[in-house]
Parts: sequence; C-alpha cells; structure tokens
Amino acid sequence: MTSTIEAPRSPYSRAPRSRGVNWEKWGWIYMRVSGVVLVVLIFGHLFVNLMVGEGVSALNFAFVAGKLTTPFWMVWDVLMLWLALIHGGNGMRTLVNDYATQRLTRGILKSAILAAVVILIVLGTLVVFTFDPCPAGSPADLLPSFCSAI
Amino acid sequence: MPEEIQSFTVTLIIRRYNPEVDDEPHWDDFDVQMYPTDRVLDALHKIKWEQDGSLSFRRSCAHGICGSDAMRINGRNRLACKTLIKDLDITKPVYVEAIKGLPLEKDLIVDMEPFFESFRAVQPFLVANNAPTDGKERIQTVAQRERFDDTTKCILCAACTSSCPVFWTDGQYFGPAAIVNAHRFIFDSRDDNAAVRLDILNDKEGVWRCRTTFNCTEACPRGIQVTQAISEVKQAMLRGME
Repeated sequence: MTSTIEAPRSPYSRAPRSRGVNWEKWGWIYMRVSGVVLVVLIFGHLFVNLMVGEGVSALNFAFVAGKLTTPFWMVWDVLMLWLALIHGGNGMRTLVNDYATQRLTRGILKSAILAAVVILIVLGTLVVFTFDPCPAGSPADLLPSFCSAI
Repeated sequence: MPEEIQSFTVTLIIRRYNPEVDDEPHWDDFDVQMYPTDRVLDALHKIKWEQDGSLSFRRSCAHGICGSDAMRINGRNRLACKTLIKDLDITKPVYVEAIKGLPLEKDLIVDMEPFFESFRAVQPFLVANNAPTDGKERIQTVAQRERFDDTTKCILCAACTSSCPVFWTDGQYFGPAAIVNAHRFIFDSRDDNAAVRLDILNDKEGVWRCRTTFNCTEACPRGIQVTQAISEVKQAMLRGME
C-alpha cells in the first residue's frame, strides 16, 4: 500500500522505430511455442524418470546412461535443453530490459545471460552426443546391463 | 419522524506532496463523518472544504464518466467518484494516493502528458479513405459495431495504464489505454488505417511488452476487458485482420 513506485526515468520521447527483424514479436511467439512444447517434454521427462516402473529409486548412473544411448531420449533431452535455456534466457533478458536502468548495466547483464545460455547449451549438447555409457574400469554393477555384452 | 440514517467516522490517510515545500511526499490523516452512501470523492470534498483547503485533486463530472479522479485507493486504482465508503473496510484507515508511474505534481494530481502522448501516438480517430456509399452515412451492421463495442467505453482515466507493472518500470510502454483506443479503431469496419496502427504497436514498446498480468482489466472502472483487447491486437498482428 505504501510501496514506492518512481516516476518514469526518462522523458516522454518515443524512440524511432527499430528496423530489421522484429525481435520482440518473435521473442513473444517463441515464448508461447516453446512453453507449450516444454510442458509436454518436462512432464514426460519427470513421468518417465520418477513414476514409471520402480519410480525414483531406479535413478542411477546406469538408468541415465541407458537413456542417453537411445536416440529417442537423446533428441528429447537435447530439445528440452535448447528450448528451456533459450526460454529462460529470453525471460531474464525481458527482466533486465525492465529493471536495469543504465545502458552499461543492461549490456553487461544481457551479455552474462547470453554467455551462460550459450555455454550451457554447448556443454549439454556435447555431453548428450559424446556420452560414453560404459567408461572403462568402472565396477560392472554401476553400469547399464548392455555394457557386459561389449 | 423518519429513522435517522447512521453515519460513522472514517479515517483517510492521504499521500500529500507540495512541490514548493516538500522534498518527499508524506502521509496525512483526516477523520471525516460519512454516510454509507457517500463516496471517497465526498470524503475528499469534505476534507478540502472543512478541514484542509490545500488538499489538491482532480475531479470534473463526479459521476464516473469524465475520468479525472482516478486514484489509488487502498492500493487499487479506482475512480474516487465510483468507490462507495461502505464497500471499503472502514474499521481500518482508507489509504488514498495518486496513481503510479506518472510524474507526481501535487497531492493526488499527476502529469498526464506521457499518458496522452501514447494515446495520440496510436491515431485514435477515424481514418476513412473513401466517400460513404450513399454519400451520407457509413453503414455498419450490428455485428460489426459489436466487434469493438467494449473498447468504446474508455474514459481515459489512466487507471489501467498506471496499474500496469510494465508501464511502471520505465514509462516507455504504450500502456493498456493506448492499445484499447487503437483496438477501438483497428476493429471498426469503417476505418481504413488498421494496418498503420498495428504497425505502430508492433514494436519494442508496443503490445509485445504486455505480460498479461490483468492489472489493467482489474483496474478499469468501466469494466473493459483490457487484457483481452490487447490479446486481440496481438492476434491481429500475427494472423492479420479477419
């Protein structure tokens, strides 16, 4: 009730129209589309990992390794990684645009968000596609069952 | 002898600011004797006329149509002339302050210019490029009129725009009221400038900044479905006009 909301920080002059790609429009569309797809992907992920079969107690290295050798789950996980990180990154960008008042602060924060998103996407994608489910010298009872067949 | 109507004491705590004296706004409290059928505006009048003549606020018609006395009453944007005392919890003080996000000028008065600037920017007037078919009237079906009926109700009180958290952040967002008034002409079958208005709002500070928090719909004293109108403008941009 007594919260203070400051007067607008800049005078009321409207910036000239930006040219080129309409990032705000495509950002908005991306948030809607990725949001809908992520609802399916994330709840599917949670259901398969935590509820099917033995449930959460089945989760261990072997379980994850087994999933990451299946092309279906590789695509599922990579899709989830990309969509969720860009979705979150774009949301954070919106917050920075709203609340960072200085041009420099905005630049630094948005660069940091972009760097975090890019690094995590690259690392995550690399892990999924270069994953070794049967690392040499590991105890057999921790590895997926198919490792003994190799 | 008719039964006497019960009156009661209401405490109003008003956020005061006199730019010639104060560095910062401060809260003043006033006790007024009110009837259940009185409105917050009547309480403000009573204070101004009987207790403190320096209290400043805008009001013109005092009947909910001129849009002058939008203010923040108990944390919600309301028209003082449409808010009955009996609908508030009078066991506690009633907090009254100016609407937020616009420059405060004095007490309950803000500078409305940024708000009207956005309003003017969307071309809130009929643009018809050809003559009426029979030379007299531009005929419209009932359904065509119904399409934009809701957004014709706007009285430009700024209750919606000044309740919008996106507008609060930097005041650059066009704001719900400007979009509502664009909607009123975009969906008017007699108007020919929908594409121009959609183009104006299809920008960085336009409709895409709306986060659908519904503050505007909740604040509108005319009951306009503001958030829905904004969504319809977004849809028109994505799918074109049907």
